[in-house]
Amino acid sequence: MSAEALLALADDELILGWRNSEWTGIAPFLEEDVAFSSIAQTEIGHARAWYELAAKELGTNADSLAFDREPDEYRCAPFVELRFVPDWAQTIARHWLYETADAIRIQALMHSDDPEVAGLAEKIDREEAYHRMHADMWADRLREEARFRGAVDDLWPYALGVLEPDQRDRLCNVVGRAAVEPVERGAHTEELTPLWEEMTMVRRSVPGASW
Amino acid sequence: MIYEVFRQEREGQPFQHGGSLDAPNLAFAEAYARELYGRRDESFALWIVPREAVDEVRDPYVADVFDRDYRRVDGYSLKVKLKEARERAGTAGAGHAAPLQGGP
Repeated sequence: MSAEALLALADDELILGWRNSEWTGIAPFLEEDVAFSSIAQTEIGHARAWYELAAKELGTNADSLAFDREPDEYRCAPFVELRFVPDWAQTIARHWLYETADAIRIQALMHSDDPEVAGLAEKIDREEAYHRMHADMWADRLREEARFRGAVDDLWPYALGVLEPDQRDRLCNVVGRAAVEPVERGAHTEELTPLWEEMTMVRRSVPGASW
Repeated sequence: MIYEVFRQEREGQPFQHGGSLDAPNLAFAEAYARELYGRRDESFALWIVPREAVDEVRDPYVADVFDRDYRRVDGYSLKVKLKEARERAGTAGAGHAAPLQGGP
């Protein structure tokens, strides 16, 4: 698996984990705060694992890949960059669409020819099963809510852009929606740079420090 | 809705109250209970019970009207009985093993 493809995966998980962590302390109720923060944390853990594989190919380390690149070097999909706080409907719409798309991607990775990639995907999937359970239960709860449905409509082109073109039909089938023009990976939204500035602020404050 | 969560630390052990949580329905309660009481591998199994399903009995003590101390395990003091027996045998203060080995 190319370093570029590993970075796309890792960047998706890091940036989404970071966005979800923005709910820590301000989620709609305490139990959800704990659950959603925990999901955010495991996404960042998955990012770390993918970065480590990429770092071996690139001769660097996970921290450096996560924090020492410039915003335009990140390979994440625009979908994960969008900032939704304090809109819970949009947050859950993205959470559900992302986890549904990610399940398709992880499933494919579990059958990778590269045993390291397949093994890691299988490990990650065990935690993702909990994420999917959480996302599905929220989607069921909000399914009839106009704000949630509107958010799913708005985010659908972004969700398609998370997957490789040959995986998109499956997402359409699972979600029950027709294909539309996807918001592709490659360009970034305006929301990535402010996120990056905050995310790397401490690391940049003492360049080259050993933490 | 409030749910009470009971944890079983290891297989076969009794379930003990872990705490309570707020959730809109049982599916959410289960997800949150896993998060709060299962994430660190601290529970073998959980019971999740809506608080309203729990029948609480207040002030369950029924006062003894008659003296039936003998029905309680703490009603029979072995220490006192043993002391009396030793005194009868004339071995008071001779140590625990004395009455068995060296009688009068």
